[in-house]
Amino acid sequence: MAPGAFVSLLGPSGCGKSTLLRIIAGLVPPSTGQVTRSDEGQAGAVGFVFQEPTLMPWASVWDNVYLPLRLSGTGRSAARARVDDMIAAVGLAGFAQVYPRELSGGMRMRVSIARALVTAPRLLLLDEPFAALDEITRFKLNEDLLRLWRAHDCTIVFVTHSVFESVFLSNRIVIMTPRPGRMAAEVAVDLPYPREEGLRTAPPYMERCRDVSRLLAEAGA
Amino acid sequence: MAQRKPPHPERSPQGEVEGRTSGDAWRERIGRVAAPLAVGIVMLLGWEALVDVNSIPPYILPGPVRVAKTLWIDGPSLLGSLWVTLRITLAALAAAVVLGGLLSILFAQSRLLERSLFPYAVILQVTPIVSIAPLIIIWVNDAFLAMLVCAWIVAFFPIVANTTLGLNSADRNLLALFRLYGASRWQVLRLLRVPSALPLFLAGVRISGGLALIGAVVAEFVAGTGGAETGLASRILESGYRLEIPRMFAALLLLSFTGIVIFAILSWLSQRLLAHWHESALPHAE
Repeated sequence: MAPGAFVSLLGPSGCGKSTLLRIIAGLVPPSTGQVTRSDEGQAGAVGFVFQEPTLMPWASVWDNVYLPLRLSGTGRSAARARVDDMIAAVGLAGFAQVYPRELSGGMRMRVSIARALVTAPRLLLLDEPFAALDEITRFKLNEDLLRLWRAHDCTIVFVTHSVFESVFLSNRIVIMTPRPGRMAAEVAVDLPYPREEGLRTAPPYMERCRDVSRLLAEAGA
Repeated sequence: MAQRKPPHPERSPQGEVEGRTSGDAWRERIGRVAAPLAVGIVMLLGWEALVDVNSIPPYILPGPVRVAKTLWIDGPSLLGSLWVTLRITLAALAAAVVLGGLLSILFAQSRLLERSLFPYAVILQVTPIVSIAPLIIIWVNDAFLAMLVCAWIVAFFPIVANTTLGLNSADRNLLALFRLYGASRWQVLRLLRVPSALPLFLAGVRISGGLALIGAVVAEFVAGTGGAETGLASRILESGYRLEIPRMFAALLLLSFTGIVIFAILSWLSQRLLAHWHESALPHAE
């Protein structure tokens, strides 16, 4: 996988996308084979965003974003600027002292993304992060994620079951087959960045969505 | 920013209930207090009337007026006894919180330890305290300590059971996240497991508060009236022997009142500690 790539793992539920992501993260040992990461499992080199926001309900937005730095032994004052910047970068400036339950689903997911990026990871893994959100919020978060990716210059692996989402976001799509989960095809998406809202209705985008849908159907999904 | 409204539009960040007039809220609040109060007054009046009309002698059933008078006259000496019982109760509750909490943390560290010891905690819990209290009083020389042990045995189980459950029910994904960032065991415990367990721990403490009082009373009943300081339970026994039923009622009243106060304080504490985040501390949505 090339550094700086935005790769989507696309496939139906239960094809092992999430498991693959957890193997890459080092959370689950692979049953066979191996994953080589240039960072050699260093803490903070990987950011992970789960399907649910997975925030600590007892901690404020600030403390939730601060968590990865806290775990690596960074003091509050040393982390302040970095955490504040990250909260602002996901568009939540002014919400630092708010508790997760007072936020909407989309805002919680923003906190989760800020937390994943706060260590400036080389690799960001996202496991269907926007699946539970309404479409309007999802589209907005798609664009914001692209912006964050370009600003932070990291590699992203994004798990999704949405063709449209994968084409909009990534420059490479890996299509997986259901049971047993195998790689069925790999597609390069050559649409130029920055990609914005207007792209969603543009013919080249539609065309690629159609291609990917066909490949997905051929893969037996 | 094109954001959705919060999922619970009826709850503002301050926890106020919106969308209803303050008059409605007031009516509800008054209803919550007034309804049980009215029932209480009617029952007391009925009780007094029953005693008056049938001329029931006070050594069978004293009327509420008589009980109130006795409470007023015997108040100072009864309060002294209450203090004895309360001391045992609070010491037992404190011991249950500390030892129960520590034992749960120990359980959370090792499944093997939990599996080996938990059944014995259950045995201790299901054995009626009345039946082992005499043994404890024989074994432990100091009367205060013996009663403390009895009350503690009753009080500590809900805390252990609840806290262990709480420590083990930390969010799986958060646990994975902590692992991803290389968190130490101590960090996982302090920053994740303990806060996750707090609501259940507090629920356990609330139950234990009442049980500690019951344990203290049972221990006093078994220990009898011997000793220089006598608690409220001994006064109830003693009044019973002497057919001083109004005093018995007065002592009983104090005891119930104490139990209610303990429960109220612990509930308030729990509400305060969880106010920011836990569902149980939210105002009820209709």
